[in-house]
Amino acid sequence: MIGLQHYLTLSAMLFVLSIAGIVVNRRNLILLLMCIELMLLAVNFNFIAFSRYLGDDTGQVFVFFILTVAAAEAAIGLAILVVLFRNRRSINVQELNTMKG
Amino acid sequence: MLFHAILFYFFSVILIGAACGVIFSKNPVHAIMFLVLAFFQSAMLWLLVEAEFLAIVLVLVYVGAVMVLFLFVVMMLDINVEAIQRSLTRFAPFAIAVALLMAIELVQLIWLRSRTDAGPGVFESYPEGYSNTKALGSVLYTEHVYAFEIAAVVLLLAIVAAISLTMRKRPGLKVQNIGQQVAVRAKDRLRVVKMESEKKQ
Repeated sequence: MIGLQHYLTLSAMLFVLSIAGIVVNRRNLILLLMCIELMLLAVNFNFIAFSRYLGDDTGQVFVFFILTVAAAEAAIGLAILVVLFRNRRSINVQELNTMKG
Repeated sequence: MLFHAILFYFFSVILIGAACGVIFSKNPVHAIMFLVLAFFQSAMLWLLVEAEFLAIVLVLVYVGAVMVLFLFVVMMLDINVEAIQRSLTRFAPFAIAVALLMAIELVQLIWLRSRTDAGPGVFESYPEGYSNTKALGSVLYTEHVYAFEIAAVVLLLAIVAAISLTMRKRPGLKVQNIGQQVAVRAKDRLRVVKMESEKKQ
């Protein structure tokens, strides 16, 4: 019988994998953005599982808002990435040390 | 119920595999393709728990718009693949150690109660003729209508920010300046000269 715990476990595995991805791909900014998208997906899994478990639709409304904000975040993040690449010719995170002082 | 469980495990295995593919693939285009697969499997899993509206929104908005945007940007930028490959080996043991530790802790925490209390938490299935979209809409447009409007403003902000960040002015381009054209007054351009009319000879 598939229940709340199964979905929460899946979400936890997804979240942990995306954290590992952020550590592994520390150089490439676009892969970092993709790992953040994956992390938001894991959070959405939690919201939907709890919404169904508690029988409250508000959790699914929250997922809707998270999707909206994630889309906006992806659009602005990629715009910043494009401007960055245009100015520096690189998206390597370790070369972006202008503000290091 | 058994079929339901088989479907759940099938989709979750593909989802976890796709997530691993996103993390460990060397080519960013492959990573995005794996991410599309991951989102699609998530939509399938959401369909399994009868969250149909969000499953469709995930496929349409995420796979259809956001992932295509990612793909555009990756193909537009010229990324050095070898540099990524080198960093993978350097940080991989640390990342795997952190991930394993967190995974063990989270799974322990999630399954702690179900071992002592009664079984795993069960999703009660909806009655016949229940519409997920209708239920979501009736909550979204009544209780959360202000949040809905703020979400619209956030999207507008994203449009304005993305355009204003990436738009660049090229010097020396021959374009109309509408403001200048409208502000033109006749007396700046036209000079009326008084002079004697010529006599016929």
